[in-house]
Amino acid sequence: MSISNPSKSATSVLLEVHALTKKFGDFAANKGVNLVLEAGKIHALLGENGAGKSTLVKMIYGALQPTSGRIVWQGKELHIDNPAAARELGIGMVFQHFSLFEALTVAENISLALPAQLRNKDLNHRIASLSKDYGLPLNPDALVADLSVGERQRIEIVRCLLQEPRLLIMDEPTAVLTPQEAEALFATLNRLTNEGCAVLYISHRLEEVKQLCHDATILRHGEVVAQLDPQQETAATLAQHMVGTSVHQISRQSADNIGDVLLELQNLNQYSDTPFGVDLLGINLQVRSGEIVSIAGIAGNGQGELFAAISGETVNADRDAVTIQTMPCGQLGINARRQLQSAFVPEERNGHAAVGEFSLTENILLSHHAVRDGEVAVQNGWSGINRAELARINQHVSDTYDVRSASVDAEAGSLSGGNLQKFVVGRELDRKPKVLVINQPTWGVDAGAAALIRQVLIDLSRQGSAILVISQDLDEIFELSDRIAVISRGQLSAAYGASDMTREEIGLLMSGAHEKANLIQDQTGGI
Amino acid sequence: MSAYEAIILTVITASTPLLLAAIGELVVERSGVLNLGIEGMMVMGAVSGFAIAQVTGSAWLGVLMAMFAGIAMSLLFAFMTQTLVANQVATGLSITLLGLGLSGLIGSSFVGMPGLKLGYLNIPGLSDLPVVGKLVFGQDPLVYISIALTIGVAYVLKRTRIGLIIRAVGQNHDSAHALGYPVIKVRYACIAFGGMTSGLAGAYLSLVYTPQWIENMTAGRGWIALALVVFSTWLPGRLAAGAYLFGGVWILGLYAQGMGLGIPSQLLSSLPYVATILALIVISTNRRLSVINTPASLGQGFVPDR
Repeated sequence: MSISNPSKSATSVLLEVHALTKKFGDFAANKGVNLVLEAGKIHALLGENGAGKSTLVKMIYGALQPTSGRIVWQGKELHIDNPAAARELGIGMVFQHFSLFEALTVAENISLALPAQLRNKDLNHRIASLSKDYGLPLNPDALVADLSVGERQRIEIVRCLLQEPRLLIMDEPTAVLTPQEAEALFATLNRLTNEGCAVLYISHRLEEVKQLCHDATILRHGEVVAQLDPQQETAATLAQHMVGTSVHQISRQSADNIGDVLLELQNLNQYSDTPFGVDLLGINLQVRSGEIVSIAGIAGNGQGELFAAISGETVNADRDAVTIQTMPCGQLGINARRQLQSAFVPEERNGHAAVGEFSLTENILLSHHAVRDGEVAVQNGWSGINRAELARINQHVSDTYDVRSASVDAEAGSLSGGNLQKFVVGRELDRKPKVLVINQPTWGVDAGAAALIRQVLIDLSRQGSAILVISQDLDEIFELSDRIAVISRGQLSAAYGASDMTREEIGLLMSGAHEKANLIQDQTGGI
Repeated sequence: MSAYEAIILTVITASTPLLLAAIGELVVERSGVLNLGIEGMMVMGAVSGFAIAQVTGSAWLGVLMAMFAGIAMSLLFAFMTQTLVANQVATGLSITLLGLGLSGLIGSSFVGMPGLKLGYLNIPGLSDLPVVGKLVFGQDPLVYISIALTIGVAYVLKRTRIGLIIRAVGQNHDSAHALGYPVIKVRYACIAFGGMTSGLAGAYLSLVYTPQWIENMTAGRGWIALALVVFSTWLPGRLAAGAYLFGGVWILGLYAQGMGLGIPSQLLSSLPYVATILALIVISTNRRLSVINTPASLGQGFVPDR
């Protein structure tokens, strides 16, 4: 796509934010933030997770009330009491985590978010025509539960467009899109700005910010650290502003010691038992000793289901569907699979990988209780818990993987996202597993923690382990992988050498280029 | 009146209190709230309806009072669970226990008194029609109210904006709040509606079904209503079918006992429960429909983040 004309002459200030501060208790999520948005421009809001981007836009959208500071809309200072008031002004927002109701239809979802004068009989008709007009086709009567994540985002965008917004806030919109879908979104956004709309674009993907945006504001720890023209910057300088220091460069030798197949999936089929789940269809994959294989894909295409099928959280009917270290274990549970020197790190760190209310040592017991890798078991028989050994492991994990917590044995839930992720990864890596399956290794963690986690994964693989990474972050995938496969709608493509793959090719696979129609037919069974 | 007419009449009479209590709870649960206090609200409706009817001599004033008593109990529940965000299960159970105890205290002086009975509807001409006359046009007014409520709830939930908002609040209260809907107020209103119909159900017991006050006279009907709501997958039509099935098997069991068939009475009196559970399990085997209709935030407290 082409960058839309940045030299729009007749720009006018639409929204000004002066010294906006938001405190949650003693913690200031935003401190004296200033921001100016002009009509016809796309303004990027950059920052790491936890930098206060969401808090800022929620205040502009009326979902949160500022502790102090002023919001000036078209020259008039005002209080935006709630999202309805913001929409009344012409501020629309597309959330990162969509505020959609899965059990309702597209039209019902849109209708819920519209002011009274826009809800009428021909709403369905207008949804269909507007979405077609902007190249975002939608069926108003479809149930949201049946739609892909990209389609769900369209609902949010179409809902905003129906209100003819003056300002559109987009929170990490491309996180759930294929590169091709993202291009289409950029075209829509450029069309909107050409029509005079302002866009506040939240992202941490620096390349697309450079490509798309006219201005950028960078937040760190709740404060504005830079306001600049992204066209004049490089991705590296933008990252430096976001993180504050320069980010550790990951070192990676080529994988020269590829050994035996340690993890194999053979015609893995797993049907979902809820209508909101994804069926896994005919999945084949081999991961060898010494390599990292990544599975790319848009959220909600079966990654969680695939992880559960490999880890043994869902048990398969076919024992040969999953083979770990030459042992067919499709019918075995998670403990039996762990005993084959394998380890699993799920996506959701608090609530799935770890119990937030438990201490760190207790959380170590949760994934180590059935395995005995060292000389000492953490559990003796049914009742005896070897607390000393657990404490030793915890100390080792916290030293090796730089887990920072208030006390050595703090509650897991009290750790920051990055530190808890380092803990749950470190907990499994401490066992030196031969097979590691990890879902979204660095989702929502700060750049420093992400670099550390990626480095330890590469190091482990070079020591001869087989690692399968499931991720939605293409940068991460290219940084880590020796081979890349793509999952879409529960089907997995072949795994190709990472150096031969381009983003465009991955994008095509994400949109289902490898899917086999005969498999999909099985999937569309009864309502 | 033929025997068969009498059977159908008693079936309707046995089913109506269940339907009344359950249709309110269905709305409550659709808004994402689990109120286990139906039994307590019902029994308070029963005693206060009976008492007011005795004192004023008007059964209709009794019905009105029963509705208020149900609403009052439900607002107590709403205050604890919505404003104070107490645990809904524990609060609901305590509402049931409170209602059972309080009603015994209030009703102690009314025990054994002959009660006032709400009259049957009698439309000259229509009610005298052969066969259908008594059945269709000669029921007591609360039967028509219960049917009208069921149809009304079905219509409102499915077709109107208010219903859409209730479903949205029950599906995902965070999103509903983010869109600017008053989650807590919607839930207060639904809980109060549930209290009103539970109170009505109680009044039906003490002013129509057995027009007198007996301590603990709800005899677990609140819990049956609760089960009906879940098994009906939160759909009003299925709920009505379940309520009438339950009432029907119950009455058949009584007749079978009366005829002396030699089946143990315990077995017969368990039949309605078994039949209802079986029928509703068969209905709810369509998992897709069940999961889609299940209010996803059922039983979760909501605290807006501001």
